[in-house]
Amino acid sequence: MEEVRFNVIIIGGGLSGLAAAYTLAEAGQEVLLLEKGDYCGAKNVTGGRMYVSLIRDFFPAIWAKAPLERAIVQEELCLMSPGSSILIRYNDADIASEPYQSYSVCRAKFDKYFAKQAEKKGALITVKKKVDSLVFKDGKVDGVVAGGETLYADVVICCDGALSLFAQQAYLQKPLNPKHFAVGFKEIIELAPETLENRFNLLPGQGAARLYMGDVTEGKFGGGFLYTNKESVSLGLVLGLEALCQEEPRTKAPDLLERFKKRPEVAALIAGGQTAEYSAHVIPEGGYDHLSKLFGDGILVAGDAAGFSINAGITVRGMEYAMFSGYIAAWAAIKAAGTGDYSAESLSVYERMLADSFLMQDFKEYRHVTESLNHKRFFTYYPELAGKIMHGLYAMPNGPKARITPTLRRSVGVRNVPDMLLKDLPKVVKL
Amino acid sequence: MNGGKESLNLKAKLGLNVFKENKNFHISVNPGKENDPRLFYAVLACPAGLYSVNDAGAVELSQDGCLECGTCKIICSDEVLTWRYPDGATGVQFRFG
Ligand SMILES: Cc1cc2nc3c(=O)[nH]c(=O)nc-3n(C[C@H](O)[C@H](O)[C@H](O)COP(=O)(O)OP(=O)(O)OC[C@H]3O[C@@H](n4cnc5c(N)ncnc54)[C@H](O)[C@@H]3O)c2cc1C
Ligand code: SF4
Repeated sequence: MEEVRFNVIIIGGGLSGLAAAYTLAEAGQEVLLLEKGDYCGAKNVTGGRMYVSLIRDFFPAIWAKAPLERAIVQEELCLMSPGSSILIRYNDADIASEPYQSYSVCRAKFDKYFAKQAEKKGALITVKKKVDSLVFKDGKVDGVVAGGETLYADVVICCDGALSLFAQQAYLQKPLNPKHFAVGFKEIIELAPETLENRFNLLPGQGAARLYMGDVTEGKFGGGFLYTNKESVSLGLVLGLEALCQEEPRTKAPDLLERFKKRPEVAALIAGGQTAEYSAHVIPEGGYDHLSKLFGDGILVAGDAAGFSINAGITVRGMEYAMFSGYIAAWAAIKAAGTGDYSAESLSVYERMLADSFLMQDFKEYRHVTESLNHKRFFTYYPELAGKIMHGLYAMPNGPKARITPTLRRSVGVRNVPDMLLKDLPKVVKL
Repeated sequence: MNGGKESLNLKAKLGLNVFKENKNFHISVNPGKENDPRLFYAVLACPAGLYSVNDAGAVELSQDGCLECGTCKIICSDEVLTWRYPDGATGVQFRFG
C-alpha cells in the first residue's frame, strides 16, 4: 500500500494547532490536522479573555469576521472576605478605544471559525479523529497512528493541550505533577444583552472582566472570574490542584462554585440567568521551569502541551501563547522544509525564535511570581484585611464609633504591615 | 452535609451539556489501586463529582458526565488510573467552551 505522507501533521485543533495549520497552509505546505472532537473547539475550555493585541499582526486576515464576544473595556477586581467584599472598577480611555486590546471569547465558536479560515488557506482538517500514538523511524518521529491508520509526516507538531500525552511519548515531557497544574471550571449563564449591560454599567456591545480573589476560593491559591459575552457570562473558578486537595477547609470543587454563585454580590449579577453549559479543564501552571522540551527529531510541541500557560493566581493566560507558539512552530517546520533537514538540531530554531519573543520574556518575568504568590497572605490575609478596613470605615455601630486607626491595628494584628506591603506590592502588580 | 442537594444541582448542570455516547468508559482504576489515597483527592477535585465515597468507605467512579478535564489523571497519576481520551466523536462536545 502506498504510504500517505504530509509535510506536517498537527495533533489537536485548539488554538495552537489551528494557528500552526493556518500558517503552514498559507505558506503552501501540505498540512493535516487531526482533532478528536466533533468540530474544532468541541473539547476546548477557556475562561474567556484573549489579548488579541499581542497576536493580531500574525493573523491579520482573521479578525474582521472573527466571532469575538465583547471588547473588554472595563477591568474589575473584587476582594472577597467571608462576609464582605470590595469591588474596584477601572475604566481607562486607552483600553476602551480601538483597536481593543482584549476580547471575551467562547472557544467552541472561535476555534470552529479559525478552523474554517485554515481550511480556506488549504489546510486539511479531519475532525472526529483521535490520534493514538506517534510513529518513530530510526529514532525520529515519522508520523502518527489514528484510528488504526498510519499517517506519515516530515514533522509532527503536538498541540494536544495540557495533558501533553505525545510530548511524553517522545520523552520531551516528564510525567505530570499535580503541583504544576490548576483546574478551571465554569458555567455559561445566559442573560439578555441589555440586562448584562445594565448590571455591569456598560454601553451596548461593550464588555467587562471581573476577577475575584480571597474568600471566593476559601483563601486557597486561585480565584474566580466573570467575563461578559454577547448574551451570557462565563462564571467560574480556577484552583491549584494541590491547594484544592490538601488545604483546609476541604470543599469539593463543584460545591465551591455553587458557594461562589450564592454570594449576594454574584447572585445579583446572574439573577434570572439560565445556565447553558458547564465545562472544565486543567491548566498548566508550572511556568518556565516546567516547560516541556520544545523539539526533537521530527517533532515540535506548542501551546498548553508545551506548558505555555501562566496562572498568576487570578488571571490565566494561555490563548495568545498558544496561537503565537503555533505560529512560530509552523515557521520552524517551514524553515526545515527548505533544507530538507528535520533533525532536532534543525528544528531547534523554534526555541531560538521563541527565546526572543514576548512569550519567553513573559515566562521569565513570571518565573518566581507564582511561587511567591502561593501564599496565604494574598489569598486570605490581604482580602480580609481590606474587608476589615472598609468595615471600620462604613459600618455604623450601635453606640460611639471607634477611631479607625486603633480598631484597625487590633484587627490587623501585625505591626509591620507597611514593610510587608512594600515587599508584596511588586508581585501584586503582576497579577 | 448538604451533599445531597448540591449533587442534585450538579447532575442537572451536567445534563445541560451535549454528550455523545462512548461504548467503553475511558477511565478505570487500576487493579490493586482501589484504596490509593489519591482517589480521595479526586473526590474533592473532580469538577463533575464523578468520584464519591460509598458506604463501605471506598471510592467509586461514576461514568456519566465526564468533562474530560484531566484533573483526576494528574492527581491520581497513571499508577492509579488508566486514563485515555474517549474515541473520536464521542464524549462531551462543548457548544460554548
Ligand atoms: C477555566 C479556564 C480559564 C482560562 N482562562 C483563560 C483566559 O482568560 N485567557 C487565556 O488566554 N487563557 C485562559 N486559559 C488557558 C487557555 O484556555 C489555554 O491556554 C488554551 O486553550 C491552550 O490552547 P491549546 O491549543 O494549546 O490547547 P487546547 O485548547 O486544549 O486544544 C487541544 C486540542 O487537542 C485536541 N486533542 C488532544 N488530544 C488529541 C488526540 N489524541 N487526537 C486528536 N486531537 C486531540 C483536543 O481535542 C483539543 O481540541 C484558561 C483555561 C481554563 C481551563
Ligand atoms: S476527567 Fe475531569 S470530569 Fe472526568 S472524571 Fe476526571 S476529574 Fe472528573
